[in-house]
Amino acid sequence: MSSVMGIILTGGKNPNMKELVALRTSAAIPVGGKYRAIDFVLSNMVNSGITNVGVITQYSFRSLMDHLGSGKEWDLDRRNEGLFIFPPSLSSDDTGFYRGSADAMYKNLTFLRRSNEEYVLIAQGNCIYKMNFQGMLDEHIDKNADITIAYRVMDDFLPEEMSSLGVIDLDADGRIADFQEKPLHPKTRNGSMGIYLIKRSVLISLLEECSAHGNYDFVKDVLIKKINELNIHGYKFDGYWRNLSCIKTYYKCNMELLDPEIRKQVFIENGKVYTKVKDEAPAKYNEEAEVRNSVVADGCIIEGDVENSVLFRGVVIKRGAVIRNSIIMQGSMVSENVLLENVILDKEVNITPGKSLKGDTNWPVVVGKKVVV
Amino acid sequence: MIKKETVAMLLAGGQGSRLGILTKSIAKPAVLYGGKYRIIDFSLSNCINSGIDTVGVLTQYQPLKLNSHIGIGKPWDMDRMNGGVTILSPYVREEAGEWFKGTADAVYQNIHYLDKYSPSYVVILSGDHIYKMDYSIMLDFHKKNKADATISVIRVPMEEAGRYGIMNAHENGRIYEFEEKPQQPKSDLASMGIYIFNWNTLREYLIKDSSNKDSDHDFGKNIIPDMLADGLGMWAYKFGGYWKDVGTIQAYWESNMDLIKRIPDFNLYDPTWKTYTPNPIKPAHYIGPNGSVKKSIVAEGCVIHGYVLNSVIFPGVYVGAGAVIEDSIIMSDSHIGEGTLIKQCIVGEDAIIDKTAKLGFGENIPNELKPAIYYSGITVVGQGAHVPESAVIGRNSVIAPGAQPEEFCSQHVPSGKSILKGGECE
Repeated sequence: MSSVMGIILTGGKNPNMKELVALRTSAAIPVGGKYRAIDFVLSNMVNSGITNVGVITQYSFRSLMDHLGSGKEWDLDRRNEGLFIFPPSLSSDDTGFYRGSADAMYKNLTFLRRSNEEYVLIAQGNCIYKMNFQGMLDEHIDKNADITIAYRVMDDFLPEEMSSLGVIDLDADGRIADFQEKPLHPKTRNGSMGIYLIKRSVLISLLEECSAHGNYDFVKDVLIKKINELNIHGYKFDGYWRNLSCIKTYYKCNMELLDPEIRKQVFIENGKVYTKVKDEAPAKYNEEAEVRNSVVADGCIIEGDVENSVLFRGVVIKRGAVIRNSIIMQGSMVSENVLLENVILDKEVNITPGKSLKGDTNWPVVVGKKVVV
Repeated sequence: MIKKETVAMLLAGGQGSRLGILTKSIAKPAVLYGGKYRIIDFSLSNCINSGIDTVGVLTQYQPLKLNSHIGIGKPWDMDRMNGGVTILSPYVREEAGEWFKGTADAVYQNIHYLDKYSPSYVVILSGDHIYKMDYSIMLDFHKKNKADATISVIRVPMEEAGRYGIMNAHENGRIYEFEEKPQQPKSDLASMGIYIFNWNTLREYLIKDSSNKDSDHDFGKNIIPDMLADGLGMWAYKFGGYWKDVGTIQAYWESNMDLIKRIPDFNLYDPTWKTYTPNPIKPAHYIGPNGSVKKSIVAEGCVIHGYVLNSVIFPGVYVGAGAVIEDSIIMSDSHIGEGTLIKQCIVGEDAIIDKTAKLGFGENIPNELKPAIYYSGITVVGQGAHVPESAVIGRNSVIAPGAQPEEFCSQHVPSGKSILKGGECE
């Protein structure tokens, strides 16, 4: 895959993620006990042999920048190429604000021009999956495609979740015949995964053309408009895939990562998932600890009763506390005799003794960062 | 080179022969400890936490694991442009090469490394101990006393003092006598093998010692007594925290078990004094629907479907359903099969215990081959060993590293018996 470079888009505002994106872009949202969402796509790229990656980001990117650093953990701190982060760049004649995904890439055309790779793989920063992009490249070349879009049959998505995706229809040869962006009435169950493979020279000219017409959006103004003109091919992916587009999906995805089969697919097989390290000691269980069907990260100290939950690094669960179906992020403290059910605690939340918080499976209670309850 | 005020020399060549098969192919400082660390991590982390960023690590015995573990010092933030960590191995010189003959000789042979930084002070450490210590406070003590040498000491029970190097000091801390393993100890202040020297002074004594044919070239036996005899200013720095020489199987096991107490004597969770080590790239660990973990520490990447009690579990360990692990240390990436019973065992890295095997039960009979090493009831399974299904293994037993099921002469290994590599059974 030395012929492919990567671009990761971290998306626009996403009000459906509520408090969890108040301080961070959805690509930086903590997932699965120790990761942030962007780790998955970044590790997929690295595991596929891509060593030149640009991350384009706009909203609340402090925590994302902090997380990525020099790209050390992904082995992307390279003398040549490696990791590049592109926040909006303010200039005298232009605000520099990215008005859409195509505009964001257009404003960083220098990165595309200076790179040497023949192809560009564009992907989203908020999706949880394990994929080697080599198969997609092989098919792209084999089908003589101009653009290849990875898609998946979204059988495990609810109808309302479908409308947060691009929905595609394919002809017999796998060419994309129709593309509906976030449709109210999806025609098929084929959802775009937001992963696009395209020749670098073709991308540059498409972005220039898009900008010259005063357009900004890669999906609406490039993909959909060029659907008849270009050979846009669909590449089918069969594995686990979730996009963290709303609280409900975020909650569901974390709970699904408790499933040993899904864990195996996402974390163990076909390459590792890399993330920033924290140098915490192993988790400590005291005598009263009762933990079942849960993920526990390093640095936790557990004395309570935990079931079907995800505990991030450095979480403290005191005696008598009962945690069910909950997600507790890094550094949060759950005091004695607290009851939590269907709750998401953001980082460094402090639940004082005896409190009880209950959400619904479909509507978890979310407690924002550093809140004291 | 930019001058460094303080450079540390970390002696990591110890064989640790009383740790039996745990040090068969690695040096003692490289032995795994505490659910994720290697013993040397504590000294190295102490250095960086004390503001010492220039450390020479002296290796000799089985250095491969140690070298790859330390690498360029990234986990300790010691990958520096100037200074950082440097592995100093024995080397061949123009006339003849030789192994390090003793602790002092090891430093003597690397005088050119120290001269490069021309430090004011040199801290001599050993990579064999579990402790947290701020060397900068000891250095302040050294400076305040205008000492030539400062030796860190710890109080030990008077009845055990005969096993240590004992410092006899005046009230103010000035040492007037040093006794190595005295029959009749006069004090309970034992040397911890941590020294601060003025480099110019130490340099002189190392050169003098190197040409002395009768010398053991050892800090404790030669350099310290020589300095004392010459009336140099030598001071005892009293250390009050946790300090363990995990030199025997029993001490190693006990020290690991110290970590699982409710309020451990040795706290790994102090955010102001972290212990660093290369982090395994593994997901957070998972406890299955019927799993249970109590009074234990568990590292990343583990999958626990069985019961774990009073144990230390390293990264990537799989524990099958119905398995019961008690009072044990299970090292990285081991596979513990369904229905296995393991009590008071140390299971090495990458070991496989097939289902329904039973380890560590029976009478406490010392090991027949090496009763001086395996006597306290702990059974040790070597790195990469594979214990067959339904095997029954007693106490003080040893399963050689890499032993395969076909090398077991019998499914039943009684207490005190061993399985050796190559199918020999005694």
